[in-house]
Amino acid sequence: MSRHTINFTLNGRPVTADVGTHQNLTEVLQESFGLFGARESCGQGLCGCCTVLIDGAAVTSCLALAAFADGSDVQTVEGLADGEELSPEQEAFIEIGAFQCGYCTPGFVLMTRQLLDENPDPDDDEIKHYLSGNLCRCGAYPEIVQAVRLAGEKRRAR
Amino acid sequence: MAETSTTTVGQSYGRLEGHAKVTGRADYIYNLRLPSMLHAKIHRSPIGHGRINSIDVSAAAAMPGVHMVVTGEDVKTVLPEPYYGPAFHDQPILALDKVRHFGEPVAAVLAADPHIAERAARLIVVDYEELPAVYDEIEALDSEAIVHEELKPAGTFADLKHLSGRRDTNVALDFHLRLGDADKAFAEAVHVFEHTFRTQQTMHTPFEPIVAIADVTHDRAIIHSSTQSPSFVRYELSRLLGWPESNVRVRTGHLGGGFGAKVYVKVEALALALSMLAHRPVRVAQTMEEQFYTITKHPSTFRIRSAVDDDGRIVGRKCEVWWNGGAYADIGPRVTQKSGFTAAGPYDIENIDIDSFALYTNRPPAGALRGFGIPQLVWAYESHTDIIARELGIDPIVFRKRNILRDGRPQAVGTIVKDGEFEPVLDETARRLGWDRPYDKGEGAKRRGRGVAIGFKASISPTTSSAIVSVNADGSVIVYCSTVDMGQGSDTAMAQIAAEVLDIPLDRIRVVNPDTDVTPYDMSTLGSRSTFHMGHAVRLAAADAKEKLVAMAEEVGMPEGSNAPLPELFIKKFGMRAGTIVGTANFKPDYAPTDPETGLSPNATPFWMIGATGAEVEVDTETGQFTILRMINVCDVGKPINPAVVETQLSGAAVMQLGFTTTERMILENGQLTNPSLADYKVPGIFDMPVIMENGMIEAEQHNGPFGAKGAGESGTFGVSPAIANAIEDAVGVRIAEMPITAEAIFRALRAKDGAPLEED
Repeated sequence: MSRHTINFTLNGRPVTADVGTHQNLTEVLQESFGLFGARESCGQGLCGCCTVLIDGAAVTSCLALAAFADGSDVQTVEGLADGEELSPEQEAFIEIGAFQCGYCTPGFVLMTRQLLDENPDPDDDEIKHYLSGNLCRCGAYPEIVQAVRLAGEKRRAR
Repeated sequence: MAETSTTTVGQSYGRLEGHAKVTGRADYIYNLRLPSMLHAKIHRSPIGHGRINSIDVSAAAAMPGVHMVVTGEDVKTVLPEPYYGPAFHDQPILALDKVRHFGEPVAAVLAADPHIAERAARLIVVDYEELPAVYDEIEALDSEAIVHEELKPAGTFADLKHLSGRRDTNVALDFHLRLGDADKAFAEAVHVFEHTFRTQQTMHTPFEPIVAIADVTHDRAIIHSSTQSPSFVRYELSRLLGWPESNVRVRTGHLGGGFGAKVYVKVEALALALSMLAHRPVRVAQTMEEQFYTITKHPSTFRIRSAVDDDGRIVGRKCEVWWNGGAYADIGPRVTQKSGFTAAGPYDIENIDIDSFALYTNRPPAGALRGFGIPQLVWAYESHTDIIARELGIDPIVFRKRNILRDGRPQAVGTIVKDGEFEPVLDETARRLGWDRPYDKGEGAKRRGRGVAIGFKASISPTTSSAIVSVNADGSVIVYCSTVDMGQGSDTAMAQIAAEVLDIPLDRIRVVNPDTDVTPYDMSTLGSRSTFHMGHAVRLAAADAKEKLVAMAEEVGMPEGSNAPLPELFIKKFGMRAGTIVGTANFKPDYAPTDPETGLSPNATPFWMIGATGAEVEVDTETGQFTILRMINVCDVGKPINPAVVETQLSGAAVMQLGFTTTERMILENGQLTNPSLADYKVPGIFDMPVIMENGMIEAEQHNGPFGAKGAGESGTFGVSPAIANAIEDAVGVRIAEMPITAEAIFRALRAKDGAPLEED
């Protein structure tokens, strides 16, 4: 198992990590940086619990080999809030109550961030299409759609 | 309770842990790592039933980085009787002599690097002698394949003692109920109906997979677990160890879903044994795939017969239910009994026979999954009831209302119904569906139909909850209880109850995560029992603390009824900000055991849960594809402690059951599970939502509930499956009797109806 040293930007700060070629980004975020917001569940890139943004694009980090993160800009859910100030997406998920167990929530929050970056005022159909790659076993989908709408309103008001 | 007005209870506060959840900081055990911890990876059985001739671990043990390889025989060196289970002590920590299902744990590899442990686990070679296997619950009744040579009921249940030592049978438990004289009712009946319905094997798929880390040192075992049952895990591990319960500590965090997958012992006993052998902390963390081999929902077969008179009154019902419990009993025997007694449905029927059987087979074990067997029963009795109404030419709502249970009448088990809003739930479902309005059933290839179904559940009884509420000298409060918040919002509800009783703001209350060193006993977080049972315990503990505060105020000479701030009171008493006031309570509702002959009890449950669904579907008759245009879920939720959270429970339960109804099915081929992954086992995604989904809550005081509340975490599942089947029959005139309801099943039924059946695969 050969190893590589990679340099990348993690939540706005330059970092270095020594990674095995077989290690995925979820594992490296957890074991090298203690960040557990991206978390493994299905392990096949199907549930979206491990979602992170790489260079602004949402990626299932359980399928992303860490070595390829070299030189990229990685953002995790831990990087969304500005100190104590939550992002509009996070605020909206709390206000609507768009989660139950919360295990999938970071993935949905990051997808919402990316959606609203691309499309500030999506309709329900666009929201559903965009979020269809993320699963919520607690079935909070109706509340999640509401939260995305509210997050859009909050962002437009800022 | 005579609480008339409340300030905190009944309000829709956001979940206390919301901030932690949206920032990715919630404390799931899956994310815990301990210093010097080893990772365990498991070698599993590739066959359904076989004798183990030999296990060769040499190649695995020789791999660099492997700390240790452990087999069932090794486990016996530290735990001489390594069998566990809540009803039967039938499950070995690692297989001994035999394997009984595909995916059963046979050996474990420990390494500091989980990738090394995983690769080494594949190098283990096991020589099996394959044995005849049985996978179907009906075939298991008289199969030559016997899963367990001898039944081993746990000594803790008096009503299971008679099963001890029983041999050469796959029937783990049989439950019988006899009310009135069903034979006579059938002999005299004008109409008799008989149908058989089946359900498939499904799995909870909690997104935080099952995990435990054990850290054993000398006379102390600390278990960090994603468990719903910390008190039971402590009990069971201390039994295995022969230690006092005080030497075993079981703690948990927030759970990333549970749904019944994490009740009783799952991987904790294995983690315990491995840590004892390795003298290091050991983490056993399942993958999504491994969860499919660990715990599932019972497949079932239900033959139901009804005797009906000319007025559309059901005068007799005979129910035979066979529960496919898989290779290990888990809590299946309790499902067989405690759900079994509701098998005749929420109807006022004077003559009932119920025979309910727990079967061992060579499938992965089955246990409790959001409803404790109820959704399987409702599937059958509400499909059956609907067919009867249609065949008699009576409107399905009218037929149900003619027979529905009402307050003051005995349910089949002999317990008089009180605070059971059966009829209002049914009425509200029909009203929201617009049942009385003319309905356009479509034309051509696209046909529409509507259906309803109503189900109910008794609370598992008798069970106990204990709580501690302590008041700090600054007036803030800590609630200690072993109810596990797995997403249902129990922490928030318990805090609201304590805040209400003590009349302090919610943000001054902390609810401690379950930790058996700290939080007192609770039976388990299951069966929608926590709001009622723990809600009472917290309410009583808070009242106990309040009483002590009043006495303290009197002692320091504050005038009666003084509303001086709590910090002042503590300073007056202790001379500075010091001291703690502790309130405690145990709560156990009244209960009368069922008669061993008749299965009847005058008090089988402290409350009833009731849920109905109304569905509107559109079916494409050329393909069998169907769309759920509208799904309406209405439940009797008592007086909700937190209405918004209760509504999400209702809605989430219905969505989960929608998956079990339409897409989820574990597929076994020659005993091997072919789809243990989210790629091939489809849980509902955002596009599987009905076009319109509505939730309705019947808020009715539960007279003996805390602030009038009752459990509501499962009620939303009850009616979903049969409501959809009933709507499909309404649309296209075919009846689906086996779950899941798929386009293929509908298309086959349509072709068969047209006299041009498709060939079987």
